[in-house]
Amino acid sequence: MEEFEVPKPPGTNYLNAEYGLKSWLLTKDHKRIALLYLGAISFFFFIGSLYAMAIRLELLTPQGDLVQSSTYNKMFTQHGIIMVFFFLIPSIPATLGNFLIPMMIGAKDLAFPRINLLSWYIYILGGIVTIYALLAGGVDTGWTFYVPYSTTFSNTYVIAAGLGIFINGFSSILTGLNFIVTIHTMRAPGLTWYRLPLFVWAHYATSLIMILGTPVVAITILLVALERLAHIGIFDPAAGGDPILFQHLFWFYSHPAVYIMVLPAMGVVSELIANFSRKNIFGYKFVAFSSLAIAVFGFLVWGHHLFVASQSVYAGMIFSFLSFAVAIPSAIKVFNWTATLYKGSISYDTPMLYALGFIGLFTVGGMTGLFLATLAVDVHVSDTYFVVAHFHYIMVGGALFGYLGGLHYWWPKISGRLYPEGWGRFSALVIYVGFNLTFLPQFVVGYMGMPRRYHTYPADLVSWQVLHVLSTAGASILGVGLLIPLFYLVWSMRYGPIAAANPWNLPGLEWQTASPPPTENFLTTPIVTTEAYEFAPPEHKEVVGKFERQKPVGT
Amino acid sequence: MQSTLPLMPESASTLSGDVDALYFYLSGVTLFFTLLIGGAIIFFVIRYRRRNAFEIPRPIEGSTKLETFWSVIPLLIAMSFFFWGASVFYRQYRPPANALEVYVVGKQWMWKFQHPTGQREINELHVPVGRKVKLIMTTEDVIHDLFVPAFRIKTDVVPGKYTTEWFEATKPGRYHFFCAEYCGMNHSGMGGWVVVMEPTEFENWLSGNANQMSPAAAGQQMFESLGCASCHGANGEGGRGPALLGLAGGNVTLNNGQTVRADEAYIRESILNPQAKIVTGFGPIMPTFQGQVNEEQLLQVVAYIKSLSTARTETPTAKPPPAASAKPSATPASPGGR
Repeated sequence: MEEFEVPKPPGTNYLNAEYGLKSWLLTKDHKRIALLYLGAISFFFFIGSLYAMAIRLELLTPQGDLVQSSTYNKMFTQHGIIMVFFFLIPSIPATLGNFLIPMMIGAKDLAFPRINLLSWYIYILGGIVTIYALLAGGVDTGWTFYVPYSTTFSNTYVIAAGLGIFINGFSSILTGLNFIVTIHTMRAPGLTWYRLPLFVWAHYATSLIMILGTPVVAITILLVALERLAHIGIFDPAAGGDPILFQHLFWFYSHPAVYIMVLPAMGVVSELIANFSRKNIFGYKFVAFSSLAIAVFGFLVWGHHLFVASQSVYAGMIFSFLSFAVAIPSAIKVFNWTATLYKGSISYDTPMLYALGFIGLFTVGGMTGLFLATLAVDVHVSDTYFVVAHFHYIMVGGALFGYLGGLHYWWPKISGRLYPEGWGRFSALVIYVGFNLTFLPQFVVGYMGMPRRYHTYPADLVSWQVLHVLSTAGASILGVGLLIPLFYLVWSMRYGPIAAANPWNLPGLEWQTASPPPTENFLTTPIVTTEAYEFAPPEHKEVVGKFERQKPVGT
Repeated sequence: MQSTLPLMPESASTLSGDVDALYFYLSGVTLFFTLLIGGAIIFFVIRYRRRNAFEIPRPIEGSTKLETFWSVIPLLIAMSFFFWGASVFYRQYRPPANALEVYVVGKQWMWKFQHPTGQREINELHVPVGRKVKLIMTTEDVIHDLFVPAFRIKTDVVPGKYTTEWFEATKPGRYHFFCAEYCGMNHSGMGGWVVVMEPTEFENWLSGNANQMSPAAAGQQMFESLGCASCHGANGEGGRGPALLGLAGGNVTLNNGQTVRADEAYIRESILNPQAKIVTGFGPIMPTFQGQVNEEQLLQVVAYIKSLSTARTETPTAKPPPAASAKPSATPASPGGR
């Protein structure tokens, strides 16, 4: 597309370079594709949230008085499918990753722009098939599709929903492939691996999981469909199969998938903590390699989902041990983020509030993960609301907080406009309070014994209902809190104050070009001569002693 | 059933205290680290807030000593979780010998129990206090899970195999149990009560429901009607097929030289899939009984074969279990909450 490059008038950027629906639907610009993803993902997040609200309303009372059991089962299944496969997994990589990886490494685009566009179409196709499954009658297997319920007993649209997820998986694989090739081959001159922003490291680790893990879940879903259609007998014990085999295959992907959700958020938080305290990240290499360690160890812990599923006692012990091992790199990150704040210059802007909230919530989510890795305790809390609370702390408190923090942080770059800071801070606080009120009571009711995926619960357990009422109240606050950014971000796209190229005054490459950036990102290829997060101006060079750096070339 | 502690489940088995102790330890460590991190963040954020728009703090490179410190300390703490958790888990999943064996079949959406003395129950399980009870469980359809919060036990019930869990209740009362593995439409309705009774009262309950055939006796009828006797002998003494007397609980040498333990799973497999493991010295001539017996009948046949090894297991007759007479209760206390 650079063949017939003509000088563009000043003020031309990726948003106004071309007009019309066709220019968007056929774009090869990673920034436009990121916006296509942003629209689609926000849509799915909205649908998934509506299911969550219906679930919380139903659980206000012990009886089933809002919907019937069969409907309730579809609601939590569809909440899970949409949130996991169509929101959380693509959320940060496909929007912020797509937009920022080329800009952070000083490239004009991803390595394969056409494949990037293809991955969006695959995502949309998978989404359409899944929405068809929901509209045609829904699916009630739980997002985990456990056999033999999903293969033999469910009368719902299992194959259609599975097909949607199967198709969507290829979008994930292509995105991961694109990121890996781009990060390897397209870094600007001087941008060595150890100068990469940690956001890029986190996405590199995420991409490894995407291309290694996603094919396994695709095969697993295919086997479920074959078993359902042709009864091939791979999971049915009467035909020599094993229903537990499904769980091994499913979690071999779906546990690492948790890291697909949270690693990019960790990358965002590393950026936010460093940039909003104007400090280089404490222990850069430890933070960078802990992402890779999480990606590798994450593949070795799937069996902790099977502690009570008739797995052998000794296999349980090995998986328990490995699950504790994967907790250490996460702990390293938390300590390093906290240490980065020490003697920093900390601002209270909205993205930083999300990042600080992330650290607190991720600490609770991670520590309660240790309860689940502890065999004897997991026996009691497995498949209860304790687990529900734990993974929402990781996925909402972790992935969603990272996503919202990143969206606010880069919003001036993406839209060229400033969001209203007061509303931003206010809604971040509302979301934080609402989130904790929703999910803290669920730890308690879980340890008391409330199983997950329950439409009704015993009316004689008064404290269970009290805790559920608190949780639903929190969910209402959380829901309102999430609506506020939806309104003001959309509003700011048209009415927000015009953003400067570098409104936060930061050293990252993505801030060294116009807001919004031109289609080719940089008018000349940048040459990198500094480490990541290097804030000290040249005159400070002597003062900082051992912190040596070269003078930037060409400035 | 509310616990004496607020916001904790009733603690009513010999293991529930151990699980709670571990839970409190984990909660304490979690609280400590959450307050440590949260406190450090709040302190730093206030102490090092941006005071002027142009200040640039001195960079700090990091410290290998600190990194080692905060990698090793969490690892040590995590290992304490691991070893403590694994040791309690080992006891949770090692069924004790001489337990009262209750057969459990789950199906959408009910639980069927059968006592060794023949009494059948649906969605209610009566057990004596102070006696080890082992549940031998399977399912007729999808995966279920029998979860008794008050006992801190939970095990999936998986089609095609037997899983077990055990408990020893420490106080009489009625305790909720739930299905904890999603199993379809009425999943949340698939629960009931474990009724823990004083031994004398349990004895009365058993005799009040005693006119039912024991699983072993029912299994013997199945054994005869299915024609098993033609190869395994009228009393299991063996013939063209291996002897069944004294089989259960012992070791079996296979024709490939391997030795396997003849537990419930082995007996089950040998009935449904006889070719899987052939006893040394015998030919692969037994037909499968897959589809000819349902899960309950299969459990009865297994119970009958186990009854042929009287030396190793209790004789499953209509006699009251020995614990009932071994632990006489001074007063016939009524089960709590009833």
